[in-house]
Amino acid sequence: MIQQFPVLVVVAPLVAAPITLLIRNRRLTHLWAMAVAWFTLFVSANLLHEVLTTGPISYQLGGWAPPWGIEYRVDTVNAFVMVIVAMIASVVIPAMPTRIRLDLAPERMYLFYTATLLFIAGLMGITVTGDAFNVFVFLEITSLASYTLIGLGAGRRAPLAAFSYLVMGTIGGTFVLIGIGLMYQMTGSLNMADLAVLLPGVQHTRTIMVAFAFITTGVSIKLGVFPLHQWLPKAYTYAPDLVSALMSATATKVIFYLLVRMIFTVFGATFVFGVLHLDWLLLPLSLIGMFVASLAAIYQTNIKRLLAYSSIAQIGYMTLGLSMVSVAGLTGSLVHLFNHALMKAGLFMVVASIFYRLATHEIADMRGLGRRMPLTFAAWVVGGLSMIGVPGTVGFISKWYLVLAAIEKGWIGIALLIVLSSLLALVYVWRVIDVAYFQSPPEGQADRIEAPPILLIPTWILVGATVFFGINTTWTVGVAEAAARQLLGVMP
Amino acid sequence: MAFLGLWNYWVVIVLMMIGLYIVIARDNFIKKLMGLNLFQVSVIMFYVSMGKVNGGTAPILPESDMVEEVAAHNQPVTAGHLSDTRAFAHHHEAHHGGHEVVAEGHEGIVYSNNLTHVLMLTAIVVGVATTAAGLALVARIHEGYGTAEEDEIYKIDLTGAL
Repeated sequence: MIQQFPVLVVVAPLVAAPITLLIRNRRLTHLWAMAVAWFTLFVSANLLHEVLTTGPISYQLGGWAPPWGIEYRVDTVNAFVMVIVAMIASVVIPAMPTRIRLDLAPERMYLFYTATLLFIAGLMGITVTGDAFNVFVFLEITSLASYTLIGLGAGRRAPLAAFSYLVMGTIGGTFVLIGIGLMYQMTGSLNMADLAVLLPGVQHTRTIMVAFAFITTGVSIKLGVFPLHQWLPKAYTYAPDLVSALMSATATKVIFYLLVRMIFTVFGATFVFGVLHLDWLLLPLSLIGMFVASLAAIYQTNIKRLLAYSSIAQIGYMTLGLSMVSVAGLTGSLVHLFNHALMKAGLFMVVASIFYRLATHEIADMRGLGRRMPLTFAAWVVGGLSMIGVPGTVGFISKWYLVLAAIEKGWIGIALLIVLSSLLALVYVWRVIDVAYFQSPPEGQADRIEAPPILLIPTWILVGATVFFGINTTWTVGVAEAAARQLLGVMP
Repeated sequence: MAFLGLWNYWVVIVLMMIGLYIVIARDNFIKKLMGLNLFQVSVIMFYVSMGKVNGGTAPILPESDMVEEVAAHNQPVTAGHLSDTRAFAHHHEAHHGGHEVVAEGHEGIVYSNNLTHVLMLTAIVVGVATTAAGLALVARIHEGYGTAEEDEIYKIDLTGAL
């Protein structure tokens, strides 16, 4: 059974999605989607354990040996990312029957679960596959599912946001396809491990440089790296609230993983940073992204848009750690994948709870809510502290490693900039706290309207995890560091 | 002459740029989708032309191999079938200008690379799905705004409430 696990993480949600269409019943499909998500979590946790104890696993689809057949390859890096995706899905899917800001008739909820399962299947596929063309296929499965999910948001702006994401996403995906084609032309291979061996022989050619440019740009569009981020705030703002929680915590993480995989495994760090000097471009863009997006977040009146801009800033931290090209920097990036997934999903769950009660996303409407929804807002405070990077929360851990990596490189200025940008996070988190706790509620609206347990429990699982993993860091940092060493080819 | 030798790439690039230009410059969402389609199709043509080998044929085993195989297995063959295959082999030989390709089996035959063609089957499906999803979204946008022109929607969003 365990030999089949690498393919099961993809096949389980992929097969479960059409079955959902057959079940149709609202409650049953929800239980079904939940069961599939938990099963995926079980399988990916097992895979991570297996990889940590016995080393990378290679799975040959249909028994065709690589590089001819499609290979699924699990190592520490992607097992870690799979656990993140499955974990967030397992926590967010249980809250989905609340149907917050979802423009879909209750009796057609099964379509929503189908799209969610396809979305997860695509993400798992991108993560687990060791075949470059397979990456493109799963990338498009994920994207198509997310266009659908975003388009289901209430209000006429949701399909508009989904459409502009569709245009950008398709261009990004097609760029990746062009890059893969150019690589195939030069090497005759699509297997990532095989490409890693063959590419150094032809890496000086213009074709490979162009391939690299297309792949990095394409992936960066889908990731929302600073100047290519325009689709992201719209998509996150108008999507159904729980879809925003799911997407911000999983899709960006998997696509960042894809960038890491392409740079470090396929093209190799020596080529990307030694010959092409991607860091000269990525480092300033990351820093600008961190500041511009954080500043933009401060001026938002819509709480979801605020969180969306904050996400762009956080993507900046991840690419910053990547462009440092050191074990410490990459550890910071990878641990931030995990940490940011927890806190951003938690904060979007808080937003969903507020909308469930008040039907608003405007910060101005949240006056005095701290007293009316104490548990929900306590979750915002804890998640917000983590976003700022206060010690005792996960946010501190990732920033600590990024600052350490910067100091290790002798870049004191960049270390200071990381700290300074955290202060901007303080401002935008505080704006909501200020309105909720230090302004009195509108006249005649002082009753307690706490969110229902179906929302409160997942929120607190996520927020609780940010504190738990903020204090107990050995597991997350240990795995992230092992993954970083593996990527950089440094033996422990 | 190297410029003309790479004509397939020029076709691809021109198509791709037309597609991209339509996506950027047109306000109508349906036209944007058409541009996007053109953009995707250009990449499909890029892949398909990539797999073509000069003088290469479709990757199908020549039938003469099958005749040899049948003979080796000493199985009875109907006369009609045999004459058909012989005719095919003769034709095949003539086509290759008297080369002893057929006699040698498939060793000497140059095949085009069909892998890139197979890959494009998937890409075509992706393109169809993207167009379908895009059209569905445009239909919903039109329901909400009463128009599918980007500039008009922009004006409505600036003046009107949600």
